Amino acid sequence: MNSLIFYSFAAILLFAAVMVITVRNPVKAALFLVLAFFTSAAIWLMLHAEFLAISLVLVYVGAVLVLFLFVVMMLDIDVAPLKEGFARYLPLGILVAALIVVEMITVLNAPAFNISAPEVLEESNTKQLGRLLYTVYVYPFEIASVILTVAIVAAITLTLRQHSRKLQDIGKQVAVRREDRVRLVNLRNKPDEGENAP
Amino acid sequence: MDILLEHILPTLFKIMLIVGPLMLAVAYLTYAERKVIGYIQTRIGPNRVGPWGLLQPIADGLKLLMKEVIFPARSNLYLFLIAPVLAIGPALAAWAVIPFGAELVLADINAGLLYVLAITSMSVYGVVIAGWASNSRYAFLGGLRSAAQVVSYEIAMGFALVGVLVAAGSLNLSEIVLAQSGGFWHWYWLPLLPLFVVYFVSGVAETNRAPFDIAEGESEIVAGFHVEYSGMAFAVFFLAEYADMILISILAATLFMGGWLSPFEGIPVLEGLFAWVPGLIWLLAKTAFFLFIYLWIRATFPRYRYDQIMRLGWKVFIPVTLVWLVVISIAQVMDIGPWFTETAAIAAGGA
Repeated sequence: MNSLIFYSFAAILLFAAVMVITVRNPVKAALFLVLAFFTSAAIWLMLHAEFLAISLVLVYVGAVLVLFLFVVMMLDIDVAPLKEGFARYLPLGILVAALIVVEMITVLNAPAFNISAPEVLEESNTKQLGRLLYTVYVYPFEIASVILTVAIVAAITLTLRQHSRKLQDIGKQVAVRREDRVRLVNLRNKPDEGENAP
Repeated sequence: MDILLEHILPTLFKIMLIVGPLMLAVAYLTYAERKVIGYIQTRIGPNRVGPWGLLQPIADGLKLLMKEVIFPARSNLYLFLIAPVLAIGPALAAWAVIPFGAELVLADINAGLLYVLAITSMSVYGVVIAGWASNSRYAFLGGLRSAAQVVSYEIAMGFALVGVLVAAGSLNLSEIVLAQSGGFWHWYWLPLLPLFVVYFVSGVAETNRAPFDIAEGESEIVAGFHVEYSGMAFAVFFLAEYADMILISILAATLFMGGWLSPFEGIPVLEGLFAWVPGLIWLLAKTAFFLFIYLWIRATFPRYRYDQIMRLGWKVFIPVTLVWLVVISIAQVMDIGPWFTETAAIAAGGA
């Protein structure tokens, strides 16, 4: 039963991954990527890696790909010119693909990956992971988060153009009173306009 | 065959027990919305179909069923049809982990809170795809607005839920409810008040409801993302929106208002007087209270301007949640106050 579920998810995953690179419409490609992420999360769930699976959905499907879709939807990509150099780049592409396959085989055959069956822990997966992250791996974890924070600050600084920015001071907008904007004019005292005034 | 009888059929039956009443609740939430807003605006609201207009939602449903579904020219037909499905799917799937009572839960999973957050974060796809596939500028603008808004408010909402997680010491929704036991002043709305407010307002923004309904914004972009939808396809978007509203309300009740726990717990006389009331009733009453606030907000506030929505999410809510996270983390570690000492004991006992 388990292997049946696994193979059906694996088939969907492969199908979605192939569709990502073959489908013509970029929006559909992004949506197939969503499907691919979701199915791999399901496979992780079968390995009892519930925290990883749910965070994959939360981070990639729920946030990253929404922004991705946001950008892709606004593009008007003509597919034909993209396919022009296909034959010319094919040998290089095959070489890169072959290298990646070899690398994956060597990495996955390493002793660290030789787990015969997933261990079912008594404690919840999330608790275990949290304990490890904040005790044994606390320095790598903290360093990674500092690097990410620096990256965020750098990205914001790059897009922040001090000169062309339109700034609204919300405090000032809220503090505006009726007297600042509205001026009442008494029209009756002007004899010329008195006849046409409503 | 065994697996079918032992697991699949009972689970399907339980799913029906959740989805059936949920759909009924959605139908009558639309009725309640029109009635409540009607009375707030000194009108009567629907009063023609059935006694007090009680059959109005059924009449509306029948009307939508019989309407023609129109496919706009040069729309992306496949995505146009799958968008409502993607909207309602997550709105229903998230209900799997909601605890309706001490043992009354479909899937009692360890990472329940995380699951809810992940599933609700997917509901934006329906809106975005509907906006794009309609091949209409108004719908497209609605979809883009919704994408930006939901992603922004998800962060504030996530941080608010992290606060609950720190206070309860668990991701399991049933354990979070049990960690709040001991009277209504032990519920998390009091120690986590800023997070509670941020959570509920973000929830209103996540469901694209007024005053954050810029994805629809009928005074600006006609009807936003569902301007091209008609008949049942439109009705499915409606169902998804209202199911999401009920979900956010029941989650607010579960995480901050003690879920199925009685509000009179620990009060000498009243506790005994109300002991016969089942937990489900309390949970539903609390949910109804939050739904009423939804409607009340809608009838009270004008729609936010787009840049003000972004400012509220990024510059107000996220800093508030970050500060309060530090505060409750310190309180949790130092065993401060009447709240954090007890929950720490429960968390330690459960671990």
